[in-house]
Parts: sequence; C-alpha cells; structure tokens
Amino acid sequence: MRKPITKSLFVLVMDDYIKYENVSYSYEYDYEDSEEEELNDMNVPRSISYAVKNISFSVKKGEFIAIIGRNGSGKSTLARLTNALIQPTEGKVYINSKDTSDPENLWNIRSSVGMVFQNPDNQIIGTTVEDDVAFGLENLGVPSEKMKAIIDEAIHFVGLDGFSEKEPHLLSGGQKQRVAIAGVIAMRPDVIILDEATAMLDPIGRKEVMSVVRRLNKEENITVLHITHHMDEVADADRVILIDEGALLATGTPKELFSQGDMMRKAGLEVPQITRLFELLRESGVDLPKDVINVDDAVCILEKIIEK
Amino acid sequence: MTISLGQYIPTKSVVHRADPRTKFLAMIGYMVAVMLIETFIGYGIATLFVISVYLVAKLPMKYVFKSIRPVIYIVLFTMLINLFIHDGHTVWFSWRFITIYKESVFYCIKIMLRVILLVMGASVLTYTTASTSLTDGLESLMSPLKIIRFPAHDIAMMMSIALRFIPTFADELDRIVKAQMARGADFDSKNIIKKVRSYIPVLIPLFVSAWRRAADLANAMNARGYRGGEGRTKYRVLKFTLIDLVMAIIMILFISLIVILRILL
Repeated sequence: MRKPITKSLFVLVMDDYIKYENVSYSYEYDYEDSEEEELNDMNVPRSISYAVKNISFSVKKGEFIAIIGRNGSGKSTLARLTNALIQPTEGKVYINSKDTSDPENLWNIRSSVGMVFQNPDNQIIGTTVEDDVAFGLENLGVPSEKMKAIIDEAIHFVGLDGFSEKEPHLLSGGQKQRVAIAGVIAMRPDVIILDEATAMLDPIGRKEVMSVVRRLNKEENITVLHITHHMDEVADADRVILIDEGALLATGTPKELFSQGDMMRKAGLEVPQITRLFELLRESGVDLPKDVINVDDAVCILEKIIEK
Repeated sequence: MTISLGQYIPTKSVVHRADPRTKFLAMIGYMVAVMLIETFIGYGIATLFVISVYLVAKLPMKYVFKSIRPVIYIVLFTMLINLFIHDGHTVWFSWRFITIYKESVFYCIKIMLRVILLVMGASVLTYTTASTSLTDGLESLMSPLKIIRFPAHDIAMMMSIALRFIPTFADELDRIVKAQMARGADFDSKNIIKKVRSYIPVLIPLFVSAWRRAADLANAMNARGYRGGEGRTKYRVLKFTLIDLVMAIIMILFISLIVILRILL
C-alpha cells in the first residue's frame, strides 16, 4: 500500500492532518435555509441544541486516536463531520488543510478519509466480497484492469484470502467488518474512522478487527480514529479524546485519562477493571500507582509488593 | 439460515462464461421464436434445442422439471379451460353438454408446450447467470436509453442492492417471527383472516428496519464516495468473446429455421 512519494513528503511537511477549529454541529439547524429562518424568527430567539459543541483539536498523521464518551455524547457526529458526510454548523474541519465545508473538496476528502460503521450488514453493498471491495474503487473511477490487483491486496491485508467470491451474508460479523475495512483500504485512505465498528461483534470478531486496525496504523502509517465503548481497545491508543454532551471533556494518553477515575465516571464511563481494582486498593491504604491500565503491568507491580 | 441468491447453478460451462447481454438477447429471440411456432414439428425442434442448451450448460436434467414446477398448475388450468371452450369440427367425445373436439385437444397440447418451452428457456438465463452479471448486463443494455434520460445506472444499482439484501431480510423476517411467537403471536391459525392479521406485527417492524437499513446504507455509500453513475468505472467488464459470436450464430440459425418452418408449413 505505498503512496506516491510526493504525497507523503507533502504530508510530512504538514503537521496536523486533521484539524477541528471550534466545531459545532446541530441536527436542528438547517444552514441552507438559515437566512430565511432568521428573518421569520427575528423576535423568537430559538435555542438550538448542539450535538457537537465548540470542539477544537488536531490529529497528526499516523496517530491512533480513541474517541470515547457515553451514548449520545456526539462521537458519531464528530466522525461524520470528519469525512464530510455532514458539514459543521459553526467552525471548520480541515483534512490535510482542505476545508470540509467546501463542496469542491467533498469527494477528495471522502476518498482520503475512510469510514467503517457499526452495523456490518448495513454497509456492505456488493453481492460478493470482491464486488464490495471494488465499490469504492468504481466510485473513484479506477480503471477496471487495475482493480483486481488492488482488491486482492486489500483482501489479503485483512486476512480474507479465498473469500473473494463468497456472498457477504455467509460471513461472520468479524469477517464482514474486515470486508468493510478492505473496502476502505482499497481506496488508499490516509485516515480510517471506526464508528463503533466493534460494538456488534463477539470477542473473537473484535480481536480480528482490532489486529487489522493496529497493523494498518503501524505498517501503513494510516491515521486511526477509533470510536469505542471497549476500554481495553482504548488502552492501545496514542491519545484518547473524551467527549461528553457534545463537548471535549479531556484529552491525553490512556494512562492519563484512566488515572482520573472520577472524571471518567462523571462522563458515564468506566475505567478498565484493573485500574478500578488499583483505585479501590489505594483507597484502602495500599501504596499503588494511579496509571496502571493493563493486567500485565499490574501483575508486575503486585509481585514486587508481595515480595517485599 | 442460508439462502443462495437467485437460482444460479455454478457449473462453469461455456454458457456460463458467455456475456450476460448475449444471453439476455438470445433469450428474447428464443421467446419470440417459440411464440411463432404453430406445428408439432416446430415444437419438436424447439424442445430438442432447449434440451441441448441444458446439456451444453451442464445443467442436471432435474432442473428442467424444477423450472416448470411453479407454472404447472397454471398450465393445467388453462389447458382444461381451453379444452371445453375451444371450438372445432371433429368431435372426439361427447357426454351431455360436454363436447371435446380433436382440434381443441391439439390446441391445448400446443399451449402447454409453448408455456413449458418459454419457462425452460427463460430459466437457462437465471441458472447460468449470476445476479451481479445479470444486473451489469441489463445496465449495459439499457444504457442507450440514457439519451432520453432513462436512469439505467440507478435502476441497475437498485436491483443489485435489492438482490444483496434479500438474505438479510429473510434472516430478519425469521427473527421477528420468532420474537412475536415468543410474545404469544399465533401464526398457525387455520382462519385465513386471523392468519393475515397475525402477520401485521411482523411486517411493520420489518418495514421500520428496512428504512433504517436504507438510511445506513446510503450513508455508507456516500462515505465511500458514491455519486451516481457519472465518472464511475466497473470492476466487471463485459466482453464480447468468441463464445458470444458462436451463441449469436446458433440463435440466428434457430430463429430462421422456425421462421422458415412457419412460412412453409
């Protein structure tokens, strides 16, 4: 999955690949008719409820970002703002310094920001695996004779060799999501957004999908925005963005966020079980560090304490 | 639950490899030819022809009967009606008000042969053509109509999405029926009105879910850069090969034979 060199050089110069500037979005506010409405509703100040409120942050090329927050906190809206499925009501979103609210950039952005959705059944368009992977390429206008090689490479990358001619409804949930990922990576995006893509999967399916995503991030240097409720998946991220009621509540490394158990609970989330265990032990007087987020580290620390 | 799409039988014969457009046009030509047949010799030739197509396509003979089965009752019914209604000269059988003529018996047999031959021929197309290539073929055949703004691409896309979602909805239907049964719904009632009414709580959730799926799918298509047929390339390229040429020649020979027979006899 090599990109032309000129493009990657360009990206190296660019520091922030995705940039959100004071982004707000309301599903009620219809920006196309806004002028007309303002005239009609002059005297009645309308209170608009925002799904996303004044969010600003930026993401560097190749980062693995986890976005967490309770249901209805605006995570999915943020994801859809990122690949120009919707445009911000206020503020700007820039992808590779291209403004998403400019219709000229729309197709360019959608091909460089791929998206995998929650329900595997509702995003597979093709009647066979290879047809589905081809869908994005067909939209991009890739010449037919070049498609086969790209499709085979994408299917190989997600580990579904030999499934090309299978019908999607005969696959497991994890396999379907990997087909969806193959469809996205065939388009050679710079960013891939997983909008709760693991939410409907069993533990094995989740593992399959996450290992593909991690390899995409490490080997192909693809920026990942992973929206999830599973805190164990968050632990792998370079940076975590915590969102509540549409606003950015906190951002930091998984360790930084998980060590603030109270804040996490206020946002309606749980810290990983092991972090919670350490929290409870600390409360009962054991001297333990705050930033333990995986079991292996925890075992090391506990062994040392017991040896003493 | 596993349902295979359409009735495609992948035996990988030459007929399978032919261009779907050729097969589609050949089927239409064949149907017109069958409608022109009036003599038993003609029916004999057509039967031989369609059976040899089944052999070339490596389709097991049981599929000949499988294709006819759905229409068998309609055929028998029309035969019976025609047997009594159709007039003739030579009386073969007479009892009270029922009179059966020799001509009407022959007429009925011809109608039966005609319907059976039509269905057998049409089935070859669905047996040997995968649903994807069928929709691709239709799109390509309809594309000249784009001049009069006929949305050929959109219709083909809708057809292929509909085909793709048949198994998904079959699964969902199954799930909803079970869920309603668990809530005490009665689907086994003998009373036809009750039976129809018991399906209302199944169909409404199915429709609601279909709308939701449609919205999700539209989103997913947009996210992958779909913007209609303009500037779009195709993964599967339809190619006119030697097979198609041979097939077209055979079809033309067959149709001319039928036409000549019709003129001579």
